[in-house]
Amino acid sequence: MPGAAIEIENLTKDYPFGFLHLKKKRSLEGLTMQVESGEVFGFLGPNGAGKSTTIKLLVGLIFPEAGTARILGKSIADIEMHRDIGYLPEQPYFYDYLTAAEVLDYFARFHDLTAADRSERVARMLEKVGLETAGKIQLRKYSKGMLQRVGLAQAILHDPKVVILDEPMSGLDPIGRREVRDIILELKREGRTVLFSTHILSDAEMLCDRVGVIVGGKLRGVGAPGEIVGMKSQGMEILFELAGSGTIAAGIIAKATKTGDRYRLQVPEEELYPALEQLRGVGAKILSVAQVKASLEEYFMNLIQADRAQASAVEVSGK
Amino acid sequence: MRRAGAVALNTFREAVRDRVLYNLVFFALLMMAAAIFVGEISIGIEELVIKSLGLSAISVIGLLIAVFTGVGLVYKEMDKRTLYALLAKPVRRWEFLLGKFGGLVLTLTVNTLAMAAGLFAALLYVKHHFERTDAILLVAIYFILLKLTLVVALALLFSCYTTPLLAILYTSALYVAGLFVEDMRTFHFAIANPALEALLRGLSYLLPNFENFNVMAAAAHGREIPSALILQNTTYAALYSGIVLLVAAAVFSRRNLK
Repeated sequence: MPGAAIEIENLTKDYPFGFLHLKKKRSLEGLTMQVESGEVFGFLGPNGAGKSTTIKLLVGLIFPEAGTARILGKSIADIEMHRDIGYLPEQPYFYDYLTAAEVLDYFARFHDLTAADRSERVARMLEKVGLETAGKIQLRKYSKGMLQRVGLAQAILHDPKVVILDEPMSGLDPIGRREVRDIILELKREGRTVLFSTHILSDAEMLCDRVGVIVGGKLRGVGAPGEIVGMKSQGMEILFELAGSGTIAAGIIAKATKTGDRYRLQVPEEELYPALEQLRGVGAKILSVAQVKASLEEYFMNLIQADRAQASAVEVSGK
Repeated sequence: MRRAGAVALNTFREAVRDRVLYNLVFFALLMMAAAIFVGEISIGIEELVIKSLGLSAISVIGLLIAVFTGVGLVYKEMDKRTLYALLAKPVRRWEFLLGKFGGLVLTLTVNTLAMAAGLFAALLYVKHHFERTDAILLVAIYFILLKLTLVVALALLFSCYTTPLLAILYTSALYVAGLFVEDMRTFHFAIANPALEALLRGLSYLLPNFENFNVMAAAAHGREIPSALILQNTTYAALYSGIVLLVAAAVFSRRNLK
């Protein structure tokens, strides 16, 4: 199905603060972006960047100061829009006096499903998220990871066309993360649109068709994960071991870092081959040569520092 | 309405699983103790003591549940963020509020009916038979239930925008003030200032009139309660609760969940 599944136009949100809530802090500023139908879109940004604010605005938990958004052509203010979306809150928490099966059955009731349909779907979802044996245990006895799975199950219980997940990998162990990744990929195979927020680049790289980077409430870029962060090489890294008691040329040894028996050396791209020649000359065993790219953290830090510099400049000029 | 019903049933289930109905054990013990010992401490007024004690206990226990559970109805869901996943479903905020209100009223109804059964059992133990005037107790119990419905609506309203502690204070203050609305209307004998008198009179019509629901003394003495009062109290409780719920829905409909 071509076209945009989620259309966001100039979405702006302020949070009041102070004793009488008279002051306001802008959490999201003029966000405009689209998520295409059938794509997995990653919403990247450091904590406090505005990711959760955007998601809460989309699902109607908070209300914008300005701007609009539509999901599958329906306004986010339209209650009918909620039939087509599934939502996993960040660090989800559910009624702890209910079992997983009961909480899923409860949520299914809001989608006008028959008792037989609810029962079948609940069993299927519990199996899908690996909770089929724990379905009759009260949620108060669940670990954080298990609650995350319940959250995922309730988000996709009614076969939504658009699935919105707020930090779905948060608090999960490696196996849990892998399972969530598999579910997201399965949702994509089924043709659903997935929007999820994360601050972990590897998750985005593995899953997303496109990502949007948000920092300080402003969208800083949208594109394929590689385009956004990792296109620009910052040099080459050589991993090697020294055979026997060989010595390294003095110019290179100063730059190499030793970890255990291995050395790690970072050089500019144009110095790669001379460095390899030198290492070959001293009998070094080359284990790997890899391009060094900026990490997401560095990318975020650069954006944040640029923001701060701009803010200070405004402040100084204001004085 | 089906969605509000789902919320109501879940609210009732929460109350049951959080052991709210355990108060019935206390009430049963109180009634048993009263039934056994009342003959030894009161001569000829056993029936009156049982009726008064039973109705007072039903009222006080109901009020405690209505206030303390009511103020957490919405706040707890916001604080624990259980509301987030729910409001992303096709459910309107007013349907959620109506469901929470209905759930607690259902809990209080079950609780009150169980206590009423306990009261009649204690009465039967003391008197060994029922009389026609005992049926008046049912009217008093119905009025208690109407009063509790109104208290739940007020507690729910405060639960939408303030903390449980403040909501308890506000609800309790309104309840206490609501017990004196008749006095406020007749206070002009003692007030020389016409402006203050008008203010008090106006306030007395704005505040919920809880005094109207108190027919415990009449019921305990077996005095008839006019059917006009039953109709008046039913209409009043329904209208007042409805207005309070509308205000709560208006407050909650634009509330940002953080």
